[in-house]
Amino acid sequence: MATDIIIHDEKDNVGVVVIEKITPKQDCSCWIMENDKTVNIQSEDEIPLGHKIAMNDLNEGDTIIKYGHDIGKVVKSIKKGEHVHVHNVKTKKW
Amino acid sequence: MFTTLKQRSGSNMEIPKSFLGYKRENGRAGTRNHVIILPVDDISNACAEAVANNIKGTIALPHSYGRLQFGADLELHFRTMIGTAKNPNVAAAIIIGIEPKWTKRIVDEVAKTGKPVEGFSIEGAGDIETIMKASKKAQEFSMWASEKQREECSISDLWISVKCGESDTTSGLASNPTVGNLMDKLEPLGVHLCFGETSELTGAETVCEKRGKTPEAQEKFKKTWNEYNDFILKEATDDLSESQPTAGNIAGGLTTIEEKAFGNFQKIGSRQFVDVLTPAEEPQKGPGLYFMDTSSAAAECVTLQAAGGFNIHLFPTGQGNIIGNPIEPVVKLTANPLTAVSMKEHIDCDVSKILSREMNLDQAGDELIKSTIRTANGRLTCAEALGHREFVMTKLYRSA
Repeated sequence: MATDIIIHDEKDNVGVVVIEKITPKQDCSCWIMENDKTVNIQSEDEIPLGHKIAMNDLNEGDTIIKYGHDIGKVVKSIKKGEHVHVHNVKTKKW
Repeated sequence: MFTTLKQRSGSNMEIPKSFLGYKRENGRAGTRNHVIILPVDDISNACAEAVANNIKGTIALPHSYGRLQFGADLELHFRTMIGTAKNPNVAAAIIIGIEPKWTKRIVDEVAKTGKPVEGFSIEGAGDIETIMKASKKAQEFSMWASEKQREECSISDLWISVKCGESDTTSGLASNPTVGNLMDKLEPLGVHLCFGETSELTGAETVCEKRGKTPEAQEKFKKTWNEYNDFILKEATDDLSESQPTAGNIAGGLTTIEEKAFGNFQKIGSRQFVDVLTPAEEPQKGPGLYFMDTSSAAAECVTLQAAGGFNIHLFPTGQGNIIGNPIEPVVKLTANPLTAVSMKEHIDCDVSKILSREMNLDQAGDELIKSTIRTANGRLTCAEALGHREFVMTKLYRSA
């Protein structure tokens, strides 16, 4: 099965869409670069190339982990499979 | 520790040990053979451009500053002017300023490299006479430089600077790690490497700090980043929305400065930096990776790196930044399959097959090494063919 989503690090709670887009209720194959494992997820939203998908449910105040590191905070709760972007995540800097 | 390490396998390519470059009087080697007409200040642009128009094989480098600057800002101006003319991609230089003193200061420093350089000042003579005199000298320089031949130079004569732009998540996933893979392969061969973008390491600053090879380098990085961050916090009016990340970054899926920073940071692979350079400063501690304090605006950053003596630039882009530089060739790569098609004429090296896993990082790194060597040997970059010559001075504060 072709890879739809790439995840940098095993600890990450988001993955990146690497096909033109994924559609709601699509069964997606995710490749974790760090350990070369494959996991599956069903999407909730339409998500375009390069945008992120939540790999699990996230609550307001939770930290988004990508590259194994803190890249910002959740400002609106996010369900597994939903689009993660500026509408629900903000920087902890500036 | 970085996720891309696992992919490094299966490279059979033998890395070239040499390229065809121009050997300079001071022992450096150029990938280009420019004769530049460099104005010291904004009001000398017209003169410089007239000379470059008169004499074929020369290039004018107009810019916006150089009057009434003072203190650290003036020193940076001189460092950028002098470093640009000293760069080994420049065979010879004509310096034109309104006043003789500042013009001479630049000429005297550039002359230390042994390359032909001559200065002209406009005050008391006027544009027309200055253009005539400078054109005669420029013709001499241009015809002299045209006889220079490319010769075999060691790969260690490559001074490679890197900067990414219009980044998206494909930059952090693939095109930036491709640059990192190249760094990991070329650093042991004795090349000089340089990354910058102080503000775009925000969020990854403590991880980056630990990549300093010595406690001094780490301390210097920490101080440099803190000063830049304090400046941003002082000037910021809101959350910097659409400045960091830019609207293009956000369209490409980047959400926060931290995410952008960790993507950016992939460009140095698993290397450690030996020293921290001030803007436009030339490295003095031998081969290896250097961090230069720069803004994250593409043309400003590359102009400073070129002034630091770097002779070839690698520029990963996601959404499609189109920057070039007048003296340092800018090799562009992308991993975004849409950009690779929609902006094909700007992309020198397409590594988008990493995302579909038809290409691994090691293969992508090899492809980038090939593009780098071909460019060093003389192949025009897309930006050169398209006429991109962005020469942008960094100004620290208002003039007096």
